[in-house]
Amino acid sequence: MSDKQIRFPFRGLWEGMWLTLKTMLKPAPVTMYPQVQEEPVPRARGVIALDVEACTVCMLCARECPDWCIYIEGHKEEQPPSKPGGRPRARATLDRFDIDYSLCMYCGICVEVCPFDALFWTPEYEYSEPSITNLLHDMDKLTYWLGTVPEQPKLEKS
Amino acid sequence: MTDLGMIHRSESAVSIELQTPDMTLNIGPQHPSTHGVLRLIAKVAGERVTDVEPVIGYMHRGYEKLSEVRTYAQITTLVNRIDWVAGFASEVPFIAGVEKLMDVEVPPRAQYVRMILTELARIASHLVFMSSYPLELGATTPLMYALREREYILELIEEVTGGRFHPNFNRVGGVKPVYGGGSMTKKWSLDLPEGFLQRARDAMDRMEQICDDIDTLVSDNELIKMRTVGVGVIPRDKALEYGLTGPNLRASGVAYDLRKVENLLPYDEIDFDIAVRTGGDCYDRYVIRIEEVRQSSRIVRQAVDQIPSGPLQTKVPRVLKAPRGQVYSRGENPKGEFGYYIVSEGARMPYRLKIRSTSFSNLSILKWVLQDALLPDLVAIMGSLDFVLGDVDR
Amino acid sequence: MNFWLELIIKLVAILGFVLTGALVVIYAELKAGSHMQGRIGPYYAGGRWGWAQPLADGLKFLQKEDLSPIGADRTVYGFAPYVVMMSTLAVFVVIPFGPDMVGRDLDLGIYFILAISSLSVLGILMAGWSSANKYSLMGGLRAAAQLIAYELPLVLAAAAVVVQAGTMSMNGIVAAQSETWFTVAGIDIAMPFLLKGQIISFIIFMIAVVAELSRIPFDMPIAESELTMGYLTEYSGIRFTMFFLGEYASMIAFSAIAATLFLGGYAAPGVPDNLANLVGPGVMLLKIALIVFVIIWIRWTWPRLREDQLQRLAWFWLIPIALANIGVIAIFKVVF
Repeated sequence: MSDKQIRFPFRGLWEGMWLTLKTMLKPAPVTMYPQVQEEPVPRARGVIALDVEACTVCMLCARECPDWCIYIEGHKEEQPPSKPGGRPRARATLDRFDIDYSLCMYCGICVEVCPFDALFWTPEYEYSEPSITNLLHDMDKLTYWLGTVPEQPKLEKS
Repeated sequence: MTDLGMIHRSESAVSIELQTPDMTLNIGPQHPSTHGVLRLIAKVAGERVTDVEPVIGYMHRGYEKLSEVRTYAQITTLVNRIDWVAGFASEVPFIAGVEKLMDVEVPPRAQYVRMILTELARIASHLVFMSSYPLELGATTPLMYALREREYILELIEEVTGGRFHPNFNRVGGVKPVYGGGSMTKKWSLDLPEGFLQRARDAMDRMEQICDDIDTLVSDNELIKMRTVGVGVIPRDKALEYGLTGPNLRASGVAYDLRKVENLLPYDEIDFDIAVRTGGDCYDRYVIRIEEVRQSSRIVRQAVDQIPSGPLQTKVPRVLKAPRGQVYSRGENPKGEFGYYIVSEGARMPYRLKIRSTSFSNLSILKWVLQDALLPDLVAIMGSLDFVLGDVDR
Repeated sequence: MNFWLELIIKLVAILGFVLTGALVVIYAELKAGSHMQGRIGPYYAGGRWGWAQPLADGLKFLQKEDLSPIGADRTVYGFAPYVVMMSTLAVFVVIPFGPDMVGRDLDLGIYFILAISSLSVLGILMAGWSSANKYSLMGGLRAAAQLIAYELPLVLAAAAVVVQAGTMSMNGIVAAQSETWFTVAGIDIAMPFLLKGQIISFIIFMIAVVAELSRIPFDMPIAESELTMGYLTEYSGIRFTMFFLGEYASMIAFSAIAATLFLGGYAAPGVPDNLANLVGPGVMLLKIALIVFVIIWIRWTWPRLREDQLQRLAWFWLIPIALANIGVIAIFKVVF
């Protein structure tokens, strides 16, 4: 703010034009998106991946979701006893695990409350759809995202 | 004397004959200069606005009511959507209020992280203002420059929190990016990513550079000065009367900053100045925000240097229940005072949440300040108040 | 040569030049503007550097439905863009690109230009009035007030040149700039009027030109943030294209006039007379491009003024200065 100094008349106008000229001659700081893809940061909340094996159908995520966009169905399965002569165990199995990304607020509460590390964030972002109904990702699709979970960054020393 | 009287009479006769009814001009809700869905019913006589009636509510999303059926952890995801250009800054007062209710002590490192991110959000918000305000006056280029630099700030915020606009980073008792509560992912969420502090310093260099550039391009531009100096003057007493806060109030000469008044965040350990200007016109409201970006970058530099070590989160019960009681907690949003009045009946959810949003209160002066303005000035004044429609309608 | 054949050739040449020129200028604006903002701008259309972007835009506009509001005065509404376009095209008749490369070398060339170019205000007023839209009406009225106010400095600045040149013919003005002004060490030096003491006229002329073109910093008639698009608000399809092309064509026209009046037109130092018809158009285009670039450059840097400030600038500053300028130049003309 140099409005207190004595200035040449219209100096501000010419200085502004000089700045735009300089910018014009510099290369533009642009990422050419479809050809060059920006690397999202590892913590970016792009899409949620599901590890079906780890899920125990505890429903915590569906309950804690602020707009209730997770739909879970499951059933109990009789597992053979681990030791011969033991009791057969009941194991919960997923039938349906859908996340409706047209409703999702990307808050991440589901990932945070999951006690068994079944949900992960991955920074993938290219899953836009022409039709809103296709944004309902089912179990297969959520499992597919599991392959894209990145290595977590090193931490600042505290 | 009689001659003069006659001339005067004849002139008034002519003007009665030529009197035309005022034209009602409906500006908005879809209009390039209303930043969203504000509607103004303006009565104009030629270029002069004789009366203006703001109509709000086109973006009402009912956050106060929604909050009554959501737990405290879920509400943070809602409140950062109120003023979306500075999502983090509106999370902090809410979570601080809940912490006050529950009597939870926050570790100092978490407080510093909150402070750094609040200031980054403030810079991002002011950069949006610095880009959109010249656009109201017809200059398109500052928009690109400021938004280009804002990208660096958003990247920093994303790197830490995982979200560019909606960080959802505050938890009761500390800060934490959303990673699993399971044993494997728990260790990921312990701290800031490596190198963040250095990158924050580098970004502050860029911010000081862009402030100089915007000064060259906009603040020193004679045409901008012609358009804004002395336009839309809000005198000190009017500003106080209408309850303006934030930069709009400080541009009218009142050195009132909640960062110095409240103790939500450890601003008292940081050396910074409150930017004050005395003109109260559009130009001052514009320039003061550039000055605030400079001050914010000072705060970030100091906070990054003296950030204490320690945990980011205290132990809190897994199911958060606030005891019966009520609290008003407020903080300095980039646009002014942002407050939450939380009434708890002892449940996991608040009984009532009243949001004192900044833009709504700042907008209340619109009718007064737009009186007898010219139509181009209407746009200039409205832009200089720096409101976000989501913040007005909630 | 047959009179009619010559006429047709000249018409086609002018029309072709104006349309391609307008497209080139649109492309230059897109590209230069983006780079000034740190962007890239058009990139894909046409394969390389997005050179075909204005063409693609034009084709897109042609496909759009030609809407007109219910309350509009259909005849006037439909006719307005063509009035604007015609007044622009007619200017090119007298602009010389070489000693013989001129549509018609009128004795009253500059007078003709100033008269015909002010017709466009009629078209704009028609557009604003007939759209049955309050924003359009205000835009049209602003445009009328602005164009009339800036017609005066434009004429006065041109008159200063006319006084110095002693002729109103465009070719005559160019010739006056290519004749020897003084001789240094046996080399004859010719100077354009800009360097012969017309700098004030040039500045006033350029300010008035930018105002006549309704470009930033004088784009109140279409001020986007106030009046959405001013008198263009309701137009779509082919009629909008007409306005759009007309705007850029008149940018070329006014740049050509400024180049002729102040920068020496098609004349370049060191070009022998027998080559002037060959080299002339290139020199002229170069000078036009220079002025067009400056206009674009200003548009991407400065904000716009307010309506009353614009009027004050014209009546309080430009017109008195231009009058004084004419006086001074006339005195010098008589004394020396």
